Amino acid sequence: MESIQASRRIMTGNEAVATGVKLSRVKVISAYPITPQTTIVEELAEMVANGELDSKFIEVESEHSALASVIASELSGARSFTASSSHGILYMHENLHWASGMRAPLVMSVVNRAIGPPWNIWSEQTDTFNQRDTGWLQIYCESNQEAMDSVLLGYKIAENKSILLPVMNMLDAFTLSHTSEPVEIRSERTAYDYLGDLDLDFKLDFKNPGGYGSLLGPDGPFMEMKKDMRDSMYNSIKLIKREISNFNDQFEANLPGLTENFMMEDADYALITTGAISSTAKYTVRKLRAQGLKTGLIRLFFYRPFPGDDILKAVRGLKGLGVVERNVSYGQRGPTYEDVVSSLYGKADVPVRNYVVGLGGRDIRVKDYEKMFENLVETDGGMEWINVGVT
Amino acid sequence: MVIVPVAYLPTSSKELSSWRTSRPVIDYSKCTRCAICWKFCPDVAIDLSPDPSLSAPNDRFKALEAPRIDYDHCKGCGICAEECPFDAIAMVEEE
Repeated sequence: MESIQASRRIMTGNEAVATGVKLSRVKVISAYPITPQTTIVEELAEMVANGELDSKFIEVESEHSALASVIASELSGARSFTASSSHGILYMHENLHWASGMRAPLVMSVVNRAIGPPWNIWSEQTDTFNQRDTGWLQIYCESNQEAMDSVLLGYKIAENKSILLPVMNMLDAFTLSHTSEPVEIRSERTAYDYLGDLDLDFKLDFKNPGGYGSLLGPDGPFMEMKKDMRDSMYNSIKLIKREISNFNDQFEANLPGLTENFMMEDADYALITTGAISSTAKYTVRKLRAQGLKTGLIRLFFYRPFPGDDILKAVRGLKGLGVVERNVSYGQRGPTYEDVVSSLYGKADVPVRNYVVGLGGRDIRVKDYEKMFENLVETDGGMEWINVGVT
Repeated sequence: MVIVPVAYLPTSSKELSSWRTSRPVIDYSKCTRCAICWKFCPDVAIDLSPDPSLSAPNDRFKALEAPRIDYDHCKGCGICAEECPFDAIAMVEEE
């Protein structure tokens, strides 16, 4: 019998993504290079050039065109992939709406990088938090293993006929994208059995021409389509949970649910994090527990659809909850804080604080998390900037 | 099943002539069939097809594909009239 895992290799997050794309038997790839995403598409271009991956690689002049190309190829029935980062994904913003509105089940990998000015290529999640309202599902990875698995899982979820919305999976610049760690490479056969071929009910067809997204007046089904997208997004929560446990069974994998609850059962104080910074937070939780403080952590694996009910269940009985935000929003609290508070409003009586951390790649250390927990114990309400103005 | 925004209606079925305040009119006796108007039309509202019945500066031009304006889709922007090197297109106000 063939093993479920083909092999175990040391690889960077970007290599892991490229391998996930190869395992998904993607037919069309189009992307424009941007640090720190570049090595994803370099790796894929190499796979296509040496015949390892039977796929068409379209070179384009911009990110806007990259996404436009893969929207078209996806809608013609060929599984397609693109990847970007930072200013690249901002440039894609218009087509992000087109991809979801046309119900193109794409997967795009985004390496989270700061937004200028001033220019900065290091890790921060503002680029994708800015895209939360575009109708894409969002997955934030904590490890290179998740970076590979979320590509396969992403296609499975996106192509589900009652969801049919695109998925972006995120990895932190350099911390994951350019750092090597052991990754189980899923077997090609199992991946193919799991994913199958792309099957769309509607597709671009020369023999039966149709218009995608043509002009509609106020009385046309415009509003109905937007409502349908929102319903699909909400209803996907149940399906995603089923697909994750299906994935874990098939690949003997260890993906969490939409959230990962870490030492939450009897916790008094907890933080909510996304992405690779969660690992340092987990270390701190263990450390503080050894000192007698009952701490815990909720990691958001999915950010859209927002797992509000899962968070509500996990935070009951907490004395303090801190939402850690590696992005910045101006004129209001951070987006994760607002989503959390709106999920808890009127249902859980937990004081919630907001922490802004690690912008432009600033390091987030154990002592920073300790400070957050200390702050949670002492006060409630308000927003706090962590490790700012400290030299 | 989700709603997908596909329509099997040709876009040519939409008649948009009311968007126009003036219309381009080609004087075929000046038209050399150079197709510059066809190239510049931002709305693909000029078709090219041979029509020997139209007049031309001389018979040699009659065999070439002549531009014809699709008045159902022309918005009257006037770019064709501006670009025509032979002043063969005039903009005439709509009634």
